[in-house]
Order: sequence, then C-alpha cells, then structure tokens
Amino acid sequence: MTQLRRGFQRQFIGYLGAVLFLLALWQYAAWSLSTPLLPTPLAALRATARLFSDGDLRKHLWVSTYRVVLSTFLSLLLGLPLGLIMGYERRIDRFLAPLVYIIYPIPKIVFLPLILLFLGLGDGSKIFLITFIVFFQILVTTRDAVRKVPAETVSSLRSLGGNRAQVYRYVLLPASLPDVLTSLRLSMGTAIAVLFFAESFATTEGLGYFIMDSWSRSAPDEMFAGIIMMALLGVGLFIVVDFLETIFCRWQHLKGN
Amino acid sequence: MIEISHCNLAYVQGASQVKVYDNFSLKVEQGESLVLIGPSGCGKSTLLYLLAGLLQPTGGEINIFGERVMGTRQKTAFILQEYGLFPWLNVEQNVSLGLRVRHMPKRMYQGAVEEVIHKMGLWEVKHHFPSQLSGGQRQRVALARALTLKPDLLLMDEPLSALDALTRERLQELLLEIWQEQKLTTVLVTHSIEEAVFLGSRILVLADGRPTHVMGEILNPLVGQSGYRQTPEFFQKTSYVRSLLEGGIVG
Repeated sequence: MTQLRRGFQRQFIGYLGAVLFLLALWQYAAWSLSTPLLPTPLAALRATARLFSDGDLRKHLWVSTYRVVLSTFLSLLLGLPLGLIMGYERRIDRFLAPLVYIIYPIPKIVFLPLILLFLGLGDGSKIFLITFIVFFQILVTTRDAVRKVPAETVSSLRSLGGNRAQVYRYVLLPASLPDVLTSLRLSMGTAIAVLFFAESFATTEGLGYFIMDSWSRSAPDEMFAGIIMMALLGVGLFIVVDFLETIFCRWQHLKGN
Repeated sequence: MIEISHCNLAYVQGASQVKVYDNFSLKVEQGESLVLIGPSGCGKSTLLYLLAGLLQPTGGEINIFGERVMGTRQKTAFILQEYGLFPWLNVEQNVSLGLRVRHMPKRMYQGAVEEVIHKMGLWEVKHHFPSQLSGGQRQRVALARALTLKPDLLLMDEPLSALDALTRERLQELLLEIWQEQKLTTVLVTHSIEEAVFLGSRILVLADGRPTHVMGEILNPLVGQSGYRQTPEFFQKTSYVRSLLEGGIVG
C-alpha cells in the first residue's frame, strides 16, 4: 500500500513538473512574440476560471466529455468481443479479416458529411464517428493480442476442464487486456482530435465549437480557455486508462524476486 | 487401468501425411508411475495430450479406468511444459482455478486450496504472481493446482526441465512422496535419464522418428526406496536406459 502511495506521489510530482515546464514555455513564447493572438498563461487561466464559474465552459466540457467517453465505451463494447472472437476463431477470422483490413486504413473522417446527413447534427453523428474510428483500433489490437497467446496457455485451461466460454474469460481476455489498454490510451489522442474536428462543424455545443467560436470572435484568451479544457480532458482520460492498467494489469509490471 | 488400443494419429505437412502414431497400444496399471523418455519429436508429449483428451486419435481408442476418453476428464490432471500457469493470476487464484472452472463455490474449496498451498510450502507467496516466483515455486504451484483436483491420473510433461540441479532433486523427491502417498497413477515425460529412473516404476524408451514406437521397456521395482539414488542398482538402470537411447539415436 505504501509502495502504491509512493508510486502515486512520484507520478503526481512528475505531472506537476511537466505542467510547470509547459507553462514556463508558454509564458516565454507569449513574452517574446508579444502579440494579442497569444495571451499569457495567466490571462488564459483567468479567462478559464471566469468562463468555468459562469457555467458556459462547464457545459461545453461536459458535452465533449460525454461524447468522447460514450464513444470510447461503445468502441470497447463492440471492438473487444469481436477482436477476441476473430483472434481465436479462425473460421470467423478468415471471413471477417479481409473486410476489416480493407476498411481499417480508410480515413473514416471523410465520411463525416455522409454521417451528418444520416444522423443529423446532434450528438449521434459525433458519437458515431468517434466510435467508428476507435472501434477499429481496438478490434485490430485485440485480435492481434489474442493471436499471440501461446496455445499451451489455452491447453492448460482446457486440461483443467475449462470450456470455450471459460477460455475467453480466463485466458484470452486477461491475456489481451494490456495490449487493449495500450491501444485505448493511443486511441484517446485520436478520439479527441476527431471530437474537435466533428465539433467544429454545424454545432453549438462542445469544446471544439467553443474554441472555433472564440477564434471567430477574436477572443484569444477564451480560445485558450477552450484549449486548456481540451488538454485537461485528454490528460484526464489518459490518467483513467493508466489507473485501469494499474488495477487490471498489475501482474505485468511486477519484478521477479 | 489405462488402455491405449490401436491408436492412430496423423497430421498433414505440405503434401504429405506424417503419422505420429500408427496402431499404437499401451497399458498402464492403476497406481503405476510410467515414465516416457526419448529423443525430441518422438511423440512423447503428444501421448500426454491424447491421454488428457486435448487431442483425439484418428483411429483406435483410449480408455481410462473403464471410461472412454472423448474429451477432457474431471479426474485427470495435466501439468504442461513451462507449468501452464496464468501470469495474471496470483498463486492462490492459479491453484483454485481448476475448481472455479468446475463451478465449485469458493466456500467449498477454500479450505482444500489453503491446505495444498500450505503443504507445497507456498503460504508465504500465496498473493504473489508467477513472475515473482522462482522456477521451483512455479512448479510447486502447478503441482498444487493439479492436486486440488484430487486426480486419479496425473500427467506431467517435462515438469522439472527448467530447474537447477538441486531444486530439481528436491522436487523429484516431492513428486515421489506424492505418488507414494496418494497412490496416484502418473505418466511423466522427461529428457533426463536420472529422473526417469528415480521416478518411474516402469520406463518406456521411445525410438527416434515417426511413427512412435517403443524401443525398450524397463521395470524399476526399487523405485521409491530410500537412498535409491545412491545404490548400484540405480546406476545400472541409468546406464541401461542411456545405452538404449544412444543405440536408438545412432541406429
């Protein structure tokens, strides 16, 4: 327990150092460029506090968080089981793999106009687009992770009397979880980038909209307040995935005696 | 009794068919400790997979204590090479997994699991994960997991091959103790001649190449006697097994 606390403490100090370094860099850039387009960190933080307390920014942050978290959850819900099945059941994989490999490299963002057309301008289209992108990343990673599981590990469970469903539960899922969480962490960056893009079109809610709206109103301090919130959203999700990894994949980071 | 009758097993490699077993038969008496020794690729491990019900023969049949093997069997325990432990489960979870997959409620197995963990000297490390254990400890976990199933047949595929000499000897003694105490029927595959003679009440020397065939059979009635490892009989038996193996490889 003490070890865990010390680990968190060290992590916290690391994050704090990184934030201070970035703020210092920003301050230096603001001083040296001396343009109203780049406010100082203090001005941006003041704007953030003001907009946050009057509720406007809070609303946009909530909408964006809701969209990105729900999309990621849906991607996991669909991508993880399908990836496990494709990795283990060769017959199903033979049928689905070509389809996945053709769709995977297509930049899904190009479908945005089509998605807007079919799903409208509300949450649905944004959630669908992010899910569509992150789903494939999770699907492909899970499938590849399952394929790496040694046949002996599966035999070991079957020799204990484990049936097919138990092979999934006790072997394939835990064995692929570290790779799935790594892919989830990488997908967070993509998900937020797609979120920003999707929110900057024909909408009046979300951080993407807020940033683009502040930009068009020539309010750089407010724009930076939006950017700060977007960054916090990204870091927050990153920390959540990290935390999930320490809970579910502790065995991966242990040293032998 | 365990009876392998006229078994065939083949797989396709490229355009040709490789016969691993061709009309192979073998009997193992209840309470016997049979050791299979032979060069790599002679089909020793495959025989264990067949007995465990993880592989099905393409012809013939296998009966274990009167019951035809059609799949895995509740009272057969199988310790695979590299122990077959699950790195994401701690010692206690690994040991109890066999009972969990059989849907036994925790309150029913907790006592038995703790007893085996104690007996195997793993109490201090019961919350450790396999990566935190030494090779000998991992082997003990695999053994503990097998024993919680209260098996009547224990299959082991080179269970001690990755261990240092001393740990290996200590675990050989433990295996012998378990075999004698529980009157378990065991089938063990090994590469080590000393291990074969120390643990096997009967030793089958398998010939190089396919299909698998038995090159020699050695009865070893003194197995389990105290100090057997230091006796001239032990030395004679190991020399005999060695000569069979060398003859087989050269010939």
